[in-house]
Amino acid sequence: MAAFAFTACGKKESGDVVVLTGASTIAPIIVDVAKRYEEAHPGVRIEVQTGGTSRGIADTLSGVADLGMASRVLTDEEAEKLTAYRIAADGVCVVLHKDNPINDLSKQQLIDIYTKKETNWSAFGGPDATIVVANKADGRSTLEVFLGFVGLDKADVKADVVVGENLHVINSVVSNPNTIGYVSIGTAATEAQGGTPIKLIATDGIAATTENVASGTFPITRPLTIIEDAETSPAAKAFLDHLKSAEINDIIEKHFFVPVN
Amino acid sequence: MLGLLALVAGGMVLLIVWYLFSNALPVIEAGRLAAFFTDSLWQPRSQRDPQFGVVSMLVASFLVTLLAVALALPVGLAGAVFHRFYAPPVLERWNRRMLELLIGVPSVVFGFWGLMVIVPLIVRLAPHTSGQSLLAASIVLGLMILPIIALTSQAALQAVPPAQLQAAAGLGMGRARTIWSVALPAAKGGIGAGVLLALARAIGETMAVVLVCGNIPQIPKSLFDGIRPVTSTIALEMGYATASHKALLFCAALILVLFTALLVGWLSFRKVESDPGTGGA
Repeated sequence: MAAFAFTACGKKESGDVVVLTGASTIAPIIVDVAKRYEEAHPGVRIEVQTGGTSRGIADTLSGVADLGMASRVLTDEEAEKLTAYRIAADGVCVVLHKDNPINDLSKQQLIDIYTKKETNWSAFGGPDATIVVANKADGRSTLEVFLGFVGLDKADVKADVVVGENLHVINSVVSNPNTIGYVSIGTAATEAQGGTPIKLIATDGIAATTENVASGTFPITRPLTIIEDAETSPAAKAFLDHLKSAEINDIIEKHFFVPVN
Repeated sequence: MLGLLALVAGGMVLLIVWYLFSNALPVIEAGRLAAFFTDSLWQPRSQRDPQFGVVSMLVASFLVTLLAVALALPVGLAGAVFHRFYAPPVLERWNRRMLELLIGVPSVVFGFWGLMVIVPLIVRLAPHTSGQSLLAASIVLGLMILPIIALTSQAALQAVPPAQLQAAAGLGMGRARTIWSVALPAAKGGIGAGVLLALARAIGETMAVVLVCGNIPQIPKSLFDGIRPVTSTIALEMGYATASHKALLFCAALILVLFTALLVGWLSFRKVESDPGTGGA
C-alpha cells in the first residue's frame, strides 16, 4: 500500500512531497491538518497512509516515509534511532452496546471478562446473556495499550472475535449487543456522536471523556506522536514544526483527542 | 501472437507463485516449514512461545469454501434451469442483469452487509455465540459466488443442442424428464467448470470474509464457531508485519495457493476421467 504514494505523484522536486505512514488513529488528524497546510503552502504535498504504529516505525527507518505516526510510547530500542514528538493524547476506552445497562467496569472485572473467568453479563448486574469478547489483532497499539493496562499477555486473552480496525470493533458491538470491545476514545466518541448505538463506559469509575484524558485521571491513555529519524528532509521538518505547534489544536479537538502543545 | 497473449495469463500465475516463494524463502531456508503443519497454534509474534500452526486455517479456508458452494450450487443451478426452461424471456434477461450486477458488488460491501444483517440473524438463532462464524462467512461467500455458478450454468444449458431436446420431446419425455435426463447431463461439463471457478474464487476471497468470520484460529466444532481462513490472517497481519513475520505470512499464502492448485487439479482431472465424452465449456 505504501508504494502508491510515489506513483500517485508526478512532481520532480521530491523535497516537496512529505510522506507519513503509521497509526490509523492519528491519520485522520494529519489528513485534516494537511489539507489546510497545503492551501497555505502551495507546491507542498502531504501523503498520508495507515498501516499501524509498527509500520510507521519501520517505514521511517527505511526511508519509505519521511515521518511516522506512532500511537504508543517507543521502546528503548526504537528510541535509539528515532525521536518522537507528542502532538496529542488519546485514551483507550471500553465500548458496549447502547442497550447494555452496564456503565462502569473495573480493571479486575475487565481481567475476568477477557480471561473468560466471567462469561455472563448477569455477573455484573447486566442481562442474562453470554459475553462476547472482541479483541484486537496483533500489531495494533490499542491492543498493546489495553493489555498493558490490564496486565495480561495476549496468550491469556480468550477472545470470541478478533478484529483489526477500531470501526470493526464498533460494528461488531452494533451487530451483536452482547459484545465488549475497546477502541480509541476519539473514534468511539465520533461514532457515538454520529448516532451509532454504542456507549463509552467508565473504567475504575472514571468516565471515558477527553477531559479526563487531558487531566490525566483516565487510566488507559497513550500518546499520539510523530516520529522522525536522523535524516528528515527540509519540507518534512517544516511540516513537523507545524504539527508540533498549537495551530493544529482545533483539529485535534474536533477529532476528540487532547492537545498537548 | 495469439499464443503469446494466451501465455501471459498462465505466466502471471507462475510469476505470482514465484513472488510468494521468494518472499517465503527465509522461512523455508530456516527449515521452519514443518512447524506450519506440526504446531497447533498461530501466534507468530509471541515472545514466550512462537507458533506457526497453519492447519486450522487451511481447514477453515476449505470448509468455508465447501459450505459456500454447497449453499450456492442448488440455488444457482435451480435458477439456471428455471430460466432456461420455464421463465419468460423478459424475466430471464432482467435476472441475468441482476446477477451480473451482483458480481460487480465490491466484496467489502458484502462483508459489511454480512456483519450488519446476517450476523445479527445468526445471533438470534444461537444467542450464546458471537455470530461472526463459519456459518456467517459461508452465507456471505455463497452469495458472492452464486452469480458465477448461476451464469455459467445458464450458459452451459443454453449450449445444449436443441436437437437433443427436441429428440427427447419426440420420445414423449415430459419437460422435467427432459431436463433431468438430457439437458443436465449434457451441460455437466460447463456446470462443473463454473463450480470450479466459484471454488477458486471463494478460497481466495478476503475482504468479505475477514469482516464476518470471527478470525479465531481454531478448527470449528460447529457452524457457529469463529474461524480464521488463511486469507483473513494475511489481511489482518500483513500491513502490520515486520520482516520475519511477513515471510511467515507469505509462506502461509504459498501453502494455500499450492493446496488450491492441488484441489483444482484433482477435481478437473477427475472430471475429464469420469466423462470423457461431454467436455462442454
